[in-house]
Amino acid sequence: MGSGNRKKFDNPIVEWVDSRLPVFTLMNKEYGVFPTPKNFNYLWNFGAIAMVMLITMIITGITLAMHYVPHVDHAFDSVERIMRDVNYGWMIRYLHANGASFFFIAVYIHIFRGMYYGSYKQPRELLWMLGVVIFLLLMATAFIGYVLPWGQMSFWGATVITNLFSAIPFVGDSIVTLLWGGFSVDNPTLNRFFALHYLLPFVIFAVVFLHVWALHVAGSNNPLGIEPKGEQDTLPFNPYYTMKDTFGVLVFLIVYVAFAFFMPNDLGHPDNYIPADPLVTPAHIVPEWYFLPFYAILRAVTFDIGIPFTDITIITAKLGGVLAMFGSIALLFVLPFLDKHPVRSAVFRPWFRIALFALVIATFLLGMAGGKPAEGIWLYVSQFCSVYYFGFFLAIIPFLNKYEPVEKLPPSINDAVLDKNIKANAYFYAGKVK
Amino acid sequence: MSSTVDKKGKGETRRDFLYLTAAAFGAVGAGSVAWPFIHQMNPAADTLALSTTEVDLAPIEEGQAITVMWRGKPVFIRHRTAEEVERAKSDDKADLRDPETDEQRTKPGHEKWLVMVGICTHLGCVPLGQKSADVKGEYDGWFCPCHGSHYDTSGRIRKGPAPKNMAVPEYTFLTDTTIKIG
Repeated sequence: MGSGNRKKFDNPIVEWVDSRLPVFTLMNKEYGVFPTPKNFNYLWNFGAIAMVMLITMIITGITLAMHYVPHVDHAFDSVERIMRDVNYGWMIRYLHANGASFFFIAVYIHIFRGMYYGSYKQPRELLWMLGVVIFLLLMATAFIGYVLPWGQMSFWGATVITNLFSAIPFVGDSIVTLLWGGFSVDNPTLNRFFALHYLLPFVIFAVVFLHVWALHVAGSNNPLGIEPKGEQDTLPFNPYYTMKDTFGVLVFLIVYVAFAFFMPNDLGHPDNYIPADPLVTPAHIVPEWYFLPFYAILRAVTFDIGIPFTDITIITAKLGGVLAMFGSIALLFVLPFLDKHPVRSAVFRPWFRIALFALVIATFLLGMAGGKPAEGIWLYVSQFCSVYYFGFFLAIIPFLNKYEPVEKLPPSINDAVLDKNIKANAYFYAGKVK
Repeated sequence: MSSTVDKKGKGETRRDFLYLTAAAFGAVGAGSVAWPFIHQMNPAADTLALSTTEVDLAPIEEGQAITVMWRGKPVFIRHRTAEEVERAKSDDKADLRDPETDEQRTKPGHEKWLVMVGICTHLGCVPLGQKSADVKGEYDGWFCPCHGSHYDTSGRIRKGPAPKNMAVPEYTFLTDTTIKIG
């Protein structure tokens, strides 16, 4: 962020500030003239969309915190007061609740984009790993945020998820007591969750800053997955991508507010409008939709893992489920080191493309299975899809590293864009590029 | 700096020792400052103080069960029928995931009373089976609707993901019809 060879600004006030703290130079370098590949498709909008959602969540969240009371006797009522009595409280709360869902939608598409076009590969490994850290923080923030309204799903979701830590051998129960601040999910738990729910978004903001910093060191990937070779391959970020991002953000926001205003409870669970009761477990506990695939993986392990032909159990079903669930995210974290295939973009990797689409289908099926009781056909669906999920990372990717043919790539982004035969935008059939 | 270099050339210097002791001292210091900030999250004194509950068993008819609160958790107290006790005892020899006899889970002379923390050992839901209309699972004891764990008439895990039997809290019979939990 040094000023380097600073160009003078015409406006004397801007120049006065910039010569002392070169923020205008920085913004111009990173968001004005920043060279950006000229072949982005709309999937490249979702980083900016996620950023807009983060800011939306922080603004709506801070305003809600001005009316919310983090106490077991008042939390549920204070949320109802926000809904009924606080001026525009209903709107702010619905924007916040649905905002969480749409934040996840943006993030999931953003992650898919990264996987499809190989954005995690060298030299963007750390950029990707910071992204997985953001994803983990986002899940933690969303989970504890869902506890705050202190409805039945809040309470029992918190009970189930904090109990996951009791699966850790030897120290598990002490950790759970430490998390609760008591012998069950109770007032101390709600209090600390509120404190953390206020803190974590700012931690996310800090990691997003690192994520964007790393992005601006390596530069953006693009649908072809080949590096820009010069000016003919790029466009200045402003106005080309400020415009395209703004357009994408607006379209996304239209869908988001349509949910917030016209079907605000469609993505939530009606049981969370029942005040928390520690003596009655709802017949069917489900997390929010964005956790369902991971919840299905958790429940897919229904068997103890031990030494064959003995009674010795090494990993109980419970610990196995917890390890599988956290493992599924850990695999995303190490993906850059698992996938060593030299070609980045799935446009030129037909085998990888099929495997990745199958992963997307498996993840959707896991999501469906996670919302159903863990029995009958859905248990088998979640077990089968979990095996595929792990197989994708641990078997298919290593196999493709070795056997997937390396296709001939276009000479440059510019050539690909101009040559109708190469048809750079034909993302789903790359056969012609040979 | 150069004056501290070991003249014998062994590579270990007085300065290395000072670095190590300083670092060790710093680590202990950091740890002792961190501990209060970790330990504050553990149960506070007033939370710990709410630790015993007395229950009158007289109004509970045979075959009935009640749920009381103890330390913010539900405790199941079941007045078991002779048939249920019989079944629990005969299952002592069954293939149990967490082997415990029915005798170990009850008080001598009070076998008809089963007292246990009504929390599924899987992920902490409250199992069904207290009310007569509830689903009681394949072993006629309790059934956890969250992830499908089945418990028998002694509260032992028989089927499903839970690793352990439902916990028996510390309790004593003050008289034949009163108990103190905790």
